[in-house]
Amino acid sequence: MLNVSDILETISMIEDENLDIRTITMGISLLDCADSDIDHSCEKIYNKILRLAGNLVATGERIEKKYGIPIVNKRVSVTPIAMLLGASGGDPVKYAVTLDKAAKAIGVNFIGGYSALVQKGFSAGDKELIASIPEALAKTDYVCSSINVGSTKAGINMDAVAMMGKVVRETAEMTKDRQCIGAAKLVVFCNAPEDNPFMAGAFHGPGEPDCIINVGVSGPGVVRSALAKMDDRDDLLKVADKIKKTAFKITRMGQLVGSEAAKMLGVPFGIIDLSLAPTPAIGDSVAHILEEIGLEQCGSCGTTAALAMLNDAVKKGGVMASGQVGGLSGAFIPVTEDQGMINAARAKSLSVEKLEAMTAVCSVGLDMIVIPGDTPADVISALIADEAAIGMVNSKTTAVRVIPAIGLKEGEELDFGGLLGRGPVMELSRLSPSKMIARGGRIPAPMQSLKN
Amino acid sequence: MKAIITVVGKDMIGIMAKVSNVAAEAQANILEVTQSVLDGYFAMIMLVDLSAMSWDVDELEKALRKNAEGMQIHVMHEDVFTSMHHV
Repeated sequence: MLNVSDILETISMIEDENLDIRTITMGISLLDCADSDIDHSCEKIYNKILRLAGNLVATGERIEKKYGIPIVNKRVSVTPIAMLLGASGGDPVKYAVTLDKAAKAIGVNFIGGYSALVQKGFSAGDKELIASIPEALAKTDYVCSSINVGSTKAGINMDAVAMMGKVVRETAEMTKDRQCIGAAKLVVFCNAPEDNPFMAGAFHGPGEPDCIINVGVSGPGVVRSALAKMDDRDDLLKVADKIKKTAFKITRMGQLVGSEAAKMLGVPFGIIDLSLAPTPAIGDSVAHILEEIGLEQCGSCGTTAALAMLNDAVKKGGVMASGQVGGLSGAFIPVTEDQGMINAARAKSLSVEKLEAMTAVCSVGLDMIVIPGDTPADVISALIADEAAIGMVNSKTTAVRVIPAIGLKEGEELDFGGLLGRGPVMELSRLSPSKMIARGGRIPAPMQSLKN
Repeated sequence: MKAIITVVGKDMIGIMAKVSNVAAEAQANILEVTQSVLDGYFAMIMLVDLSAMSWDVDELEKALRKNAEGMQIHVMHEDVFTSMHHV
């Protein structure tokens, strides 16, 4: 029989510490929906999504009931739409509207894949898709967009980086009456993973099977609470070990739910993404874990070291628990989605520069950061280039999801509501990188790319 | 399937009877029970077989909570605990 304290531990993780399955994401390949007529293509897409993911939400709810574990989001990711646009031509926004309609019909809360992979250059459809992002995100509610502008193997496409600075600004401008929400659904990646289940960056890579289930587990609250029970004098080896054991338990739950969901839906189980993804709920914060390790506030000296240890320990625990780990798998640091980060940003303990350093050791990048509304497009492009360079050189995923708060000044706040949270406008260097951005071209792949 | 019912709260007369009555009504077969009273707090863990049960798991949980108010009651699939705590 099971140990009483183990059972009570699991119950308190779910009841009091916000342990949940963050998302079940169905990846669907749309390659067989490509057509030279864009309207036919859209029709095939709509039908395929409804056919494969029609039961996704109901299945998720059945699993919740069967196991008593909350599953917060059910989502769909699709083949990068630029690939279909290359075949069909026409107005790319039609695809966005079709995806939005399909998402609403099956009841998921986000659909990702309004994407293009342009790390080495543009092919048919890529530039048109990128140019259409502001309109596509303004006209839809659930569509998420991501562009991969760099990789360790290919270097950084600086023409795409220059475009994306403008696109991020325009997207915010076109949704300025809705808290600039468009920009919160747009991610610029370097080394984007093809099987990431988390939004806004999820898309279904061309190397993936036709249909697959990916699961994102989460539980910053569980990790924090496990650390809170430790003695303040326990050394960091013990702290790392505790994180590892906790990550193991969380991942095992994800493995159980993921394989059950795949079985019920009759599709293969892809990966578990082990990321610690915070939410604005009290006690569900990655910043609070860092503070529990022993920092006065997130953003102080020591933050990068604590985060590096946390990120590594989460992976080690998770890898032992599941043979199918993938996606981003690490600690997320989205500022507006994390109460501890919001507090630190409000108190000015946390700066964009510190966040940039943190992204070198954790799983994503500059995520959900509200920047001044009058930030020039070139500055946003240069920020993207910096972040992509960190990813490229360190052979890791990095991303930029910043929200220019149109019409707002430093200190004022945007409030997106729900899981996207809220946050103050953060200071950003105003020195001009225009000459470099205007040069365009490509930053060549680093020595790290020559591993063969 | 097998599930684990946990009941935690302030000790009171008849709590065991209330829980097992609901289990019987739902056709849930009790396989094993461990319980302890620590410092006036009651903690019981019950392993039940639900293969003959006609109710949904959450219906069983709701009925248990209604019958034993003031106690924290959870019903969860046994697999959740075995996967989390057994290597």
